[in-house]
Amino acid sequence: MSTTEEPLYPIAVLIDELKNDDIQLRLNSIRRLSTIARALGEERTRKELIPFLSENNDDDDEVLLAMAEELGVFIPYVGGVEHASVLLPPLETLSTVEETCVREKAVESLCRVGTQMRESDLVDHFLPLVKRLAAGEWFTARVSACGVFHIAYPSAPDTLKTELRSIYTQLCQDDMPMVRRAAATNLGKFAATIESAHLKTDIMSMFDDLTQDEQDSVRLLAVEGCAALGKLLEPQDCVAHILPVIVNFSQDKSWRVRYMVANQLYELCEAVGPEPTKTELVPAYVRLLRDNEAEVRIAAAGKVTKFCRILNPELAIQHILPCVKELSTDSSQHVRSALASVIMGMAPVLGKDATIEHLLPIFLSLLKDEFPDVRLNIISKLDQVNQVIGIDLLSRSLLPAIVELAEDRHWRVRLAIIEYIPLLASQLGVGFFDDKLGSLCMQWLQDKVHSIRDAAANNLKRLAEEFGPEWAMQHIVPQVIEMINSPHYLYRMTILRTVSLLAPVMGSEITCSKLLPVVITASKDRVPNIKFNVAKVLQSLIPIVDQSVVEKTIRPGLVELSEDPDVDVRYFANQALQSIDNVMMS
Amino acid sequence: MNGGDGAASSSAATSGPPPPSLEWRFSQVFGERTAGEEVHEVDIISAIEFDKSGDHLATGDRGGRVVLFERTDTKDHGGSRRDAEEMDYSVRHPEFRYKTEFQSHEPEFDYLKSLEIEEKINKIRWCQPANGALFLLSTNDKTIKYWKVQEKKIKKISEMNIDPSNDPGSSSSLPIIANGVHADKPQDYLSKDYPFPPGGIPSLRLPLVVTSLETSLVARCRRVYAHAHDYHINSISNSSDGETFISADDLRVNLWNLEVSNQSFNIVDVKPTNMEDLTEVITSAEFHPIHCNMLAYSSSKGSIRLIDMRQSALCDSHTKLFEEPEAPGSRSFFTEIIASISDIKFSKNGRYILSRDYMTLKLWDINMDSGPVASYQVHEHLRPRLCDLYENDSIFDKFECCLSGDGSRVATGSYSNLFRVFGASQGSTEAATLEASKNPMRRQIQPPARSSRSMTSGVRRGSESPGSDANGNAHDFTTKLLHMAWHPTENSIACAAANSLYMYYA
Repeated sequence: MSTTEEPLYPIAVLIDELKNDDIQLRLNSIRRLSTIARALGEERTRKELIPFLSENNDDDDEVLLAMAEELGVFIPYVGGVEHASVLLPPLETLSTVEETCVREKAVESLCRVGTQMRESDLVDHFLPLVKRLAAGEWFTARVSACGVFHIAYPSAPDTLKTELRSIYTQLCQDDMPMVRRAAATNLGKFAATIESAHLKTDIMSMFDDLTQDEQDSVRLLAVEGCAALGKLLEPQDCVAHILPVIVNFSQDKSWRVRYMVANQLYELCEAVGPEPTKTELVPAYVRLLRDNEAEVRIAAAGKVTKFCRILNPELAIQHILPCVKELSTDSSQHVRSALASVIMGMAPVLGKDATIEHLLPIFLSLLKDEFPDVRLNIISKLDQVNQVIGIDLLSRSLLPAIVELAEDRHWRVRLAIIEYIPLLASQLGVGFFDDKLGSLCMQWLQDKVHSIRDAAANNLKRLAEEFGPEWAMQHIVPQVIEMINSPHYLYRMTILRTVSLLAPVMGSEITCSKLLPVVITASKDRVPNIKFNVAKVLQSLIPIVDQSVVEKTIRPGLVELSEDPDVDVRYFANQALQSIDNVMMS
Repeated sequence: MNGGDGAASSSAATSGPPPPSLEWRFSQVFGERTAGEEVHEVDIISAIEFDKSGDHLATGDRGGRVVLFERTDTKDHGGSRRDAEEMDYSVRHPEFRYKTEFQSHEPEFDYLKSLEIEEKINKIRWCQPANGALFLLSTNDKTIKYWKVQEKKIKKISEMNIDPSNDPGSSSSLPIIANGVHADKPQDYLSKDYPFPPGGIPSLRLPLVVTSLETSLVARCRRVYAHAHDYHINSISNSSDGETFISADDLRVNLWNLEVSNQSFNIVDVKPTNMEDLTEVITSAEFHPIHCNMLAYSSSKGSIRLIDMRQSALCDSHTKLFEEPEAPGSRSFFTEIIASISDIKFSKNGRYILSRDYMTLKLWDINMDSGPVASYQVHEHLRPRLCDLYENDSIFDKFECCLSGDGSRVATGSYSNLFRVFGASQGSTEAATLEASKNPMRRQIQPPARSSRSMTSGVRRGSESPGSDANGNAHDFTTKLLHMAWHPTENSIACAAANSLYMYYA
């Protein structure tokens, strides 16, 4: 074997592995298709690699998905934009496979390639591709076709434009509901490229077809088109054509259609302008907020803030607030939870007075909700209200709820609350925090659940960062140090963990004077688990403290541990000793 | 759904003279037993289903296998299928040949509940074909699987950069690089910005793949929908929207998206808070063939509920309830057991629902919930023997039913490998009893004079078949014909007698 061959070996293997039996290796090769292309050169990439990929498209979905993705950014490797059209054939076949995610990725890549192609190439290569897909024998091709019209249309000559519009009309009436759904989903994108003259005629008639489809599943996707089309049309056309449809949809028999309307409605408000919003959309939205299907109320409740932002405060107070009050005592916990996650955002919209008068009672009732998710959702968005009504008012009403949640019997709830403590601390300020929450933070260190104890340790570290070492020295360290005497070894272990987390924040001096002695004492513990954790903590302290302290205190402690009867203790002590030596060397 | 169409609504087919009775002939048998051959438990067929076009037929068995058959008479004779049908309709009946088979389910053990999970296929449903591949859903008691069956050309790799037979690295197919590329480490080639020469490296080549003319059928499991049912799955059914399906067990109906195997939505839950209050279970469920929002499920109390998924996300309250009021004074210990519906099927146009209970076959108009538009006696002659049937558990046998593509006939199975076909058109007196054997008409009996048909009471016809009892043969309760399917477009029936698949045409 000659020496010059050797360097080529890895790339040769990479190419061979395009056809390896192991899917992971094939996947790896496909992911590095650009490397292979560069090794082959632009011309051979066009003439060999791309045809090779076109022919070998019966691979696993994962490989095809990766291939579809790579080909979307492949223009530089085939010789630039003038050769971009060679990428179309493999992407065309990929856009007809039956696996949806592969098809979607292929369509995305087709669009990406198409937007970079020269106009003449689009007409010569991309347009025929669109027509082929749209006339595909299997529904998979026709589904993909719907997603590429908006790329092809702008550069098509006028006669072809007419044809494309009529093909899309056919797709909207396809036998297969899957194709009609794809047509409905992509209608907005396609409409955005169409001249306004045809928008009102062709597109609106397609839209009408879809909104009257016999299949529930198609109609509910047509709702999505409402907002997109609404933004394209002139306000008066929107009021004339879209508004009646959406108002109708908001009273559709199918809850899934109403659900979609509830999600989309706010987007339409801007398109139709303030007056129709007031007369038509607000009543429709109020109906949805009071829908008898919980799923619809969930969707509507989740958009209440976005909707109110568009309205003026008076309208919001007059029409929306009464519904919000009702929703806060809704029979479905999920509705209340959805409301709780957005309702804080209404505070800035309504202003201070209205918030105190109307929203605060709702916050408070949600904070006392029997369902923990609802309470948590309120607490997580606290900062938004704080800015409006001020901390005093907030803290008075908030605190009991936090204390209650902190002792919730579900440990996941306790965990969630701990994660919000630093946020709360920054909102409430030092003084307030010390009074009320300080003891809770210590209490969690002795929780029955390990995850909580761990989170509590982390929480102390974040608090120390927030309020600074001096505060921590007064309010955290003494309590923590005291707890090392806990009779339960698991709690002592938590303290060791806390110490190792606090040390970097507290700095060398406090670590040496306060924390290190605690650790050294713990090295005399009777439980081996504690002892080898001491070894680990000592190791983590090495970079923090002075060299002299390492030699004087840490090393002797470790040496003692390295002679422990327990094998694990010896192991970790030796590890730590080794790392001291390494630090010395460097 | 506009109810009260008057008398015309009582018939499945459009009014007019009823079509003549069909003369059933034997067409084919797969897996025929020779005399004295013992049937292996695992070979017993447990599900039969034609696909939408009628070009394929699938069977599932107790051994967890799915066997596919394909129609031969349309493909081989050239020309379009319609031409062939018009040319000689009577001669060219659907004929099938074995296509392929695969192991769909394996026996499993639920360690949490200490329960064995049988591999037996409970139901098969065909899905939308795509790109020349066939797709189907199969289920056992707990797990639904989505299968793709595709013909694949066999490909071989004939050339590579590195000959796999040689020691890697000592390959002779990699000549020296000509234009002086200097690389210190091999990894450099694989780094993102390694400067390759502009023309590429000529010595590298792509693997050469040779496609042979041979093809092989490959069945691949695309998705597994598991862990959603606490009880045994009795039905699966595709929605007309092409993307969702339902699965039903004793107490719940779940809605799935074909593409999402890790979540399903519970849409019907009849489980009472206290299981001691349980009086009724779900026995079968099916989607409406046209409206993706409607589905029907039957219960052990003999009722059929039609639900509209548009009304609410949880469909515990039905839109329509179909049940026949109990005849006064007829109540006995067995009343409730024999009322249990074992199978329901929508007619192709979605207007009618056919249901099978232990004694009868009933046809319901979804616009009329006061009672069935017709009922057909299947097991009336067994009424005196219900006690025996209860003792040997036969009374719990679950017979399936089917409708012809045009909705003008209905069929269901019985004991002694018999099955019965009834005319469902208005005025039809057709009622045939056939035996699943090479000579189906052996047991054929003359259709008895039928009782007059009245709108209010429904119709009882075909009464009991004295023939089978008259010849002194006691019914053989071990040979039961539970599973059958009607071809979607032609008068052709496939039915399962133990491990054999019999096909008949008319």
